[in-house]
Amino acid sequence: MHHVHVDSWSQGKSVLHARDPRAKILTLLVFLTVLATTPADAALTLGIDAAVLVAGILIAGLPLLQLLSRAMVVLPFSLTFGLISWMTGDHLRAIGLVEKSYLSAAAVLLIVGTTSLPALLNGFEKLGAPRMLVLVAQFIYRYLFVISEQAQHMRLAASARQGDPRLHGKGRFRAAAGALAVLFARSYYRADGIHRAMLARAFTGRFPLLSSLHFRLADGLFLLTASAFLIVVRTQ
Amino acid sequence: MHIPDNFLSIPVWAALDAVSIPAVVLLSRRAGSELDESRIPLLGVMGAFVFAAQMINFPVGIGTSGHLVGGALLACVLGAAPAALVMTAIIAIQAFVFQDGGVLALGANVFNMAIAGVLAGYLPIHFWSTTARRKQAIFVGAVLSVMVSASLAMGELLISGIAMPKPVIVISLALFAMSALIEGAITIAVVQAIEKLNPGLIQKKQPSSGRALIVLSTVAVLLGGVGFLMASSAPDGIEQIGIKLGLAAKTQFHAPLADYSVGVFESSWLRRASAGLAGLLLIYGVCLGAGRLIGRRRTV
Amino acid sequence: MTPLIEVRGLRFQYEDGTQALDGVDFTLERGETVALFGANGSGKTTFVLHLNGILRGEGNISVCGMELSKQTLPQIRAKIGMVFQDSDEQLFMPTVIEDVAFGPLNLGVSQHDAIHQAEAALEQVGMLLAAGKVPYHLSAGEKKRVALAGVLAMNPEILVLDEPSTFLDPPGHANLVHLLRTLPQSKLIITHDTHFAAALAGRAVFFEKGKLVADGTVEEIVQRFQWSYSDLPADLRYSAQRRF
Repeated sequence: MHHVHVDSWSQGKSVLHARDPRAKILTLLVFLTVLATTPADAALTLGIDAAVLVAGILIAGLPLLQLLSRAMVVLPFSLTFGLISWMTGDHLRAIGLVEKSYLSAAAVLLIVGTTSLPALLNGFEKLGAPRMLVLVAQFIYRYLFVISEQAQHMRLAASARQGDPRLHGKGRFRAAAGALAVLFARSYYRADGIHRAMLARAFTGRFPLLSSLHFRLADGLFLLTASAFLIVVRTQ
Repeated sequence: MHIPDNFLSIPVWAALDAVSIPAVVLLSRRAGSELDESRIPLLGVMGAFVFAAQMINFPVGIGTSGHLVGGALLACVLGAAPAALVMTAIIAIQAFVFQDGGVLALGANVFNMAIAGVLAGYLPIHFWSTTARRKQAIFVGAVLSVMVSASLAMGELLISGIAMPKPVIVISLALFAMSALIEGAITIAVVQAIEKLNPGLIQKKQPSSGRALIVLSTVAVLLGGVGFLMASSAPDGIEQIGIKLGLAAKTQFHAPLADYSVGVFESSWLRRASAGLAGLLLIYGVCLGAGRLIGRRRTV
Repeated sequence: MTPLIEVRGLRFQYEDGTQALDGVDFTLERGETVALFGANGSGKTTFVLHLNGILRGEGNISVCGMELSKQTLPQIRAKIGMVFQDSDEQLFMPTVIEDVAFGPLNLGVSQHDAIHQAEAALEQVGMLLAAGKVPYHLSAGEKKRVALAGVLAMNPEILVLDEPSTFLDPPGHANLVHLLRTLPQSKLIITHDTHFAAALAGRAVFFEKGKLVADGTVEEIVQRFQWSYSDLPADLRYSAQRRF
């Protein structure tokens, strides 16, 4: 599964990995905003933006080709609309759609590939994201893969029974619904179990969070120089 | 239906970010006052369940299969505000970890699916969940949640000036309708299967849902309806509306691009961009401030 | 000396009416390790969940001399460290260190001290190097050790372990036995694994349909109830009536 790659990428070590997540989030936002305002035929600007991304990927020690091909997830959507735009004569937008949505995806991958999701969520919380949202996202991410694995096993078990002539159409539909119901029940009871484990360790009703982010000079420099560079390039 | 970055025009995604941010802050506070933090594991696990459930294929004949989106199911199980919060978290994770949907477009996607979609799905369930029409209510809720989010997404793309000839629009709407029906079928099938397994798991009556929520839900459905109507009218009409409102990207980029003189372009871009960034910072600051104020008022 | 745990007349009924516990009396003295045997559904887990107030039934429970009540719950939960069967339910925080620090932080310890206590506990179970890791990447044995660290960080006097050797491979088994032997706390161990129990416990009790029906050494209980995987019954016929 893809997530396994991104997860292991974020465990690496580099100057980018070491940066405070807040600096990386803000730099990403600057990059995306600048990109959004760049016209589709500003080839030089787009080229430099792409070069910046590639440089970032290499500095971070991430696998370049893997990352670039992962960014292609966005292409089906953008190529479809790009094609339609091209056919209605809006060539510029067509190219822009494909180029810029791809670069955006790659930029997001660079940040997520150098920041573990818990750290990223920590960064968002410090930047003002609502606490409930951050906590829920943390829990979703924690159990996402556990439950997905369970779902995979169910799919395997179901496909192993594919040859059953009694199951077709409506039957298979009901079987899938039944599988989801079982998954639901197990998830529901899992939440129960988690709650008990929390109580057993003296949970007070409010999650105690470890806040271990330190915004250092290096982070400030990174944010400022990257943003300044991108903006300057854009205005040339 | 997850819109990537660089599809929507700047005013559209910025406006939706501006709307979604305070909305999510409000939802968080509402979910936080309805339940103390001990329900967070349930919300998280349910969110993980929906994520995983999206991987299970439901055969719908003619070689196609659909999958659950989950907004209505979550609303059924958790209530409207928590469901919207969970969907927001899911959409955010999808954008960052899976590049499904853009980052700047998060406001739009959250608005379409987590806010409008969930609220629209919740409405029928709220009104009819204790009556004999419960199953139909859940089905209608699921259908509405998908139709509303899809229509809004379409409307936003059209206003942004994305070219969509009539046949494309018709096909898209037909696909939305199909997905909506599939969502309804899957949701009701899963709810029934769950109740067979363990009758107590899904509450028959939502614990708390004030008038505000009903109003919001109605607005969501209406918005969706507007989006749908807009999407189904001629594409040129939409673009004209968009251009007149100054929202379509055409007014932003085609005019100055036609005039490629660097001087004018440079300064006008800088002005617009810095205005845009300043505007975003302002919105961000206002939301932070508003969020803190609201929070303070609640504790008083 | 005051027993560490004293239970008198514990009764508990589930919502559907089943009598899960039907008058249980139990005492745990300091320094003891007791194995809890019994068929699935006989009330072992339900029983231990009462000791730290997760379930509330009728009867008297006192832990470390404190009567179980709303006021004493936080202290009692610090005194009893409970390790659940499913480590994935126990390790719910994003990283190992955050999870192990969860307990101390709940007890009001400062962030700085909580991290210290967490690191000390991880060191004790040999998982200090995994502090920054995500639980999903750990093996079953590693998760079990981190779960144990999570309760050790709260400095408990009693450890309760619910079927700790499930999901562990033979080396994992052996490691857990060695680790548990180094821990000074008194222990309650729910297990089906009689060898595991014999290696650790001097005493065993047997649950049957919500009642505690026997109390003796591990060998005595195993003998009396024929509670062993390795001795198959003479008539090996499948019976649909026999309850699993």
